[in-house]
Amino acid sequence: MSNSNTATAESQQEWKLPSAPKVGMICLIVMETALFTIFVVAYLYYIGKSLNGPFPKDLLEAPIIASICLLSSSGTVIMAERAFKRKDKAKFRLFWGITWLLGATFIALTAVEWKGLLENGLAIDTNLFGSTYYPLVGLHATHVIIGLFLLALIFILSITNHLPFEHVIPMEMISWYWHFVDAIWIVVFTVVYIIGVY
Amino acid sequence: METPDSIQLEAVKRSKGLEWLMTVDHKRLGVMYICSGLFFFVVAGIMASLIRIQLAVPQNDFLPPDTFNRMFTMHGTSMVFLVGMPIIAGMANFLVPLMVGTRDMALPRLNAFGFWIFLFGGCLLYYSYIGGPGLYGAGSAPDVGWFAYAPLTSKAFSRGHTVDYWALSLILTGIGSLATAANIIVTVFCLRCKGMTMFRLPLFVWMMLVTAFLMVLALPPLSAAQIMLLLDRFLGAGFFDTQEGGSAVIWQHFFWIFGHPEVYILIMPGFAVASEVIPVFSRKPIFGYPVMVAASIMITFISLGVWAHHMFTVGMTSVANVFFATSTLLIAIPTGIKIFNWLGTMWGGKIRFATPMLFCMGFLFQFLASGLTGVMLAIVPFDWQLSDSYFVVAHFHYVLVGGLLFTIFAAIYYWYPKVTGRMLSEKIGKMHFWIFVLGFNMTFGVQHILGILGMPRRIYTYDTDRGWDLWNMISSIGVIFQGIAILLFIYNILSSLRKGKEAGPDPWDAWTLEWATSSPPPSYNFAKLPEVKSRRPLWDEKHPDDPDWRHE
Ligand code: HEM
Ligand SMILES: [Cu+2]
Repeated sequence: MSNSNTATAESQQEWKLPSAPKVGMICLIVMETALFTIFVVAYLYYIGKSLNGPFPKDLLEAPIIASICLLSSSGTVIMAERAFKRKDKAKFRLFWGITWLLGATFIALTAVEWKGLLENGLAIDTNLFGSTYYPLVGLHATHVIIGLFLLALIFILSITNHLPFEHVIPMEMISWYWHFVDAIWIVVFTVVYIIGVY
Repeated sequence: METPDSIQLEAVKRSKGLEWLMTVDHKRLGVMYICSGLFFFVVAGIMASLIRIQLAVPQNDFLPPDTFNRMFTMHGTSMVFLVGMPIIAGMANFLVPLMVGTRDMALPRLNAFGFWIFLFGGCLLYYSYIGGPGLYGAGSAPDVGWFAYAPLTSKAFSRGHTVDYWALSLILTGIGSLATAANIIVTVFCLRCKGMTMFRLPLFVWMMLVTAFLMVLALPPLSAAQIMLLLDRFLGAGFFDTQEGGSAVIWQHFFWIFGHPEVYILIMPGFAVASEVIPVFSRKPIFGYPVMVAASIMITFISLGVWAHHMFTVGMTSVANVFFATSTLLIAIPTGIKIFNWLGTMWGGKIRFATPMLFCMGFLFQFLASGLTGVMLAIVPFDWQLSDSYFVVAHFHYVLVGGLLFTIFAAIYYWYPKVTGRMLSEKIGKMHFWIFVLGFNMTFGVQHILGILGMPRRIYTYDTDRGWDLWNMISSIGVIFQGIAILLFIYNILSSLRKGKEAGPDPWDAWTLEWATSSPPPSYNFAKLPEVKSRRPLWDEKHPDDPDWRHE
């Protein structure tokens, strides 16, 4: 902007800024966290306030297998990421695919759980337990399902060779999102199946 | 085109319209946001006038009671979500990329999406006027107040779908605002031009950034609460249903966890405008730049922890009361610091009393008044007396009108030349200012007295023996002045579009980058991306003998 002889050491320095997709993803994650917080608070607040049964301890069984699936999928997604950065296509597809399967198993197990709960007479309008349980767990499940779509998208792009190794960002962002969904699950699990039951 | 025949011209014109509809240019979206905001401002202003006509004299029956309820609900909801928020989004959209020296927002498509979903949400809210009780019975709208307290919003008390429209439309406009917020954050962090370090950002950008953070943290809780409300209403959940053991008070908590930060989301952009206009018209750099930044960040943090000062009369424990009263009083400190810094900027400056500066000075006085009544309301026993009275109405109108709206006017007078290439008329601008100041203080000033005399807010009418008649009459007469001022303003905007003086790139002799490009800026903003070395890049350029960066 000013005349060239005023060029200081500063203007020779490289001008580095953070990457836009990463900052954007962090924004999204913060928003989602704020959204979940209110549902979690509502769940905590209403524990034990149902006027009639069924109560959590009558019905809820800790979904251990589903949790193991979901949490280990965070590991496999990291493996996939590493393979991608090493430009190892086969390994990437393998681990990415396993991640998808683990997530899908989680959703399937949630569906089975919900079916059981509904058969045992717990609906959203049964009591406060139902009113708070389905929205919280359902909100999380919705996020898993969105994640599955995104994972599938990347998978398809990869097997049709539309995902060159230079395009590491979309893959990385989806794996960040996936880690976030997992982290939320730890909170939901703790609140619903541990604090809520005991 | 050498020989344009009429058909071709027609096609060009049509595609111009289409260009606006399809645009992802931050400047056009900014203008579209501001125009929609001003449109809703006129609509919500008409509703406000109807409310004041109803209250002008005792035992009036100008409006039916249920219409009255709809009027104040739609007025409040519109002013906050369809006027304040979009105009803020519009200003940020137009100015932030220019000020940080880049070509567009970081996520232009998301930006366009945000605008359209906001507009759709706004239309949906107004659609409730025809989508009334039951299905499609005409003549209704939400009537539960802008904070929609439970259990008023339950199926039992609000039949039909008006509350559903309220919740759905605000979820949509909320998504729009979140898109804008994310865009601002990413743009500021990732697209600054060379040399534009965080501590060289114009204060406007800093405050918009801080506002965007508040949006990211505060808007999702509102959406969460509204989703719960919709679940209650459609699927029979019991979040806010006391018959099922649910709690009406938790709605209040959720609402104000959003609602208090929201009031700062609305005022911080006002601060942002004042922080640009006051230095330029005082011919001095802003006093205490780092302190201003620190104060903004402090306000953000504290404002997340004070929400229950809206709930002192709910009957919380005294521990909670003390906590929320103290945190509320704390927020007065950074706010006060800001006022001192603006005054410090003016101190000893060569002040030019142009219209933007006048509006900012009006803002200083009126915002100070609202801050003082705010501090009064934060004193719990005082609040027990005056909560839900006209005193509160006066307090928040002093902030929202005296603070935000005045700075919006300042912003429009200041940046209109940049947007359109033409100046607004200073003569009409000054008339607008003085008539509006008079009308505004008449309308809302006396409402402090009405509150102290015990007039509750939201009452439909009142008896003659309360001593409120005169004050209500004065308050309503003030609206006439405000209306005249607004008409002058609209006339000024429209007529200056054609007849205004040519502005040139830098009519105010300002310092920030938006003035470095032509007015209106080309679609790519800068032919060559700028490079800056100080907080006042244009000063450096105009004063090569004594540039700022030598002193930094
Ligand atoms: C300077 C610091 C401020 C303090 C100490 C303060 C304090 C308060 C308190 C204690 C109340 C509750 C009154 C009641 O309902 O009984 C209140 C209400 C309100 N304040 Fe403030 N306030 C401040 C600044 C602001 C700002 C900056 C805004 C907006 C931009 C604002 C907007 C409002 C609104 C809208 C309400 C009423 C909400 C309603 O009941 O509908 N205040 N304020
Ligand atoms: Cu507040």
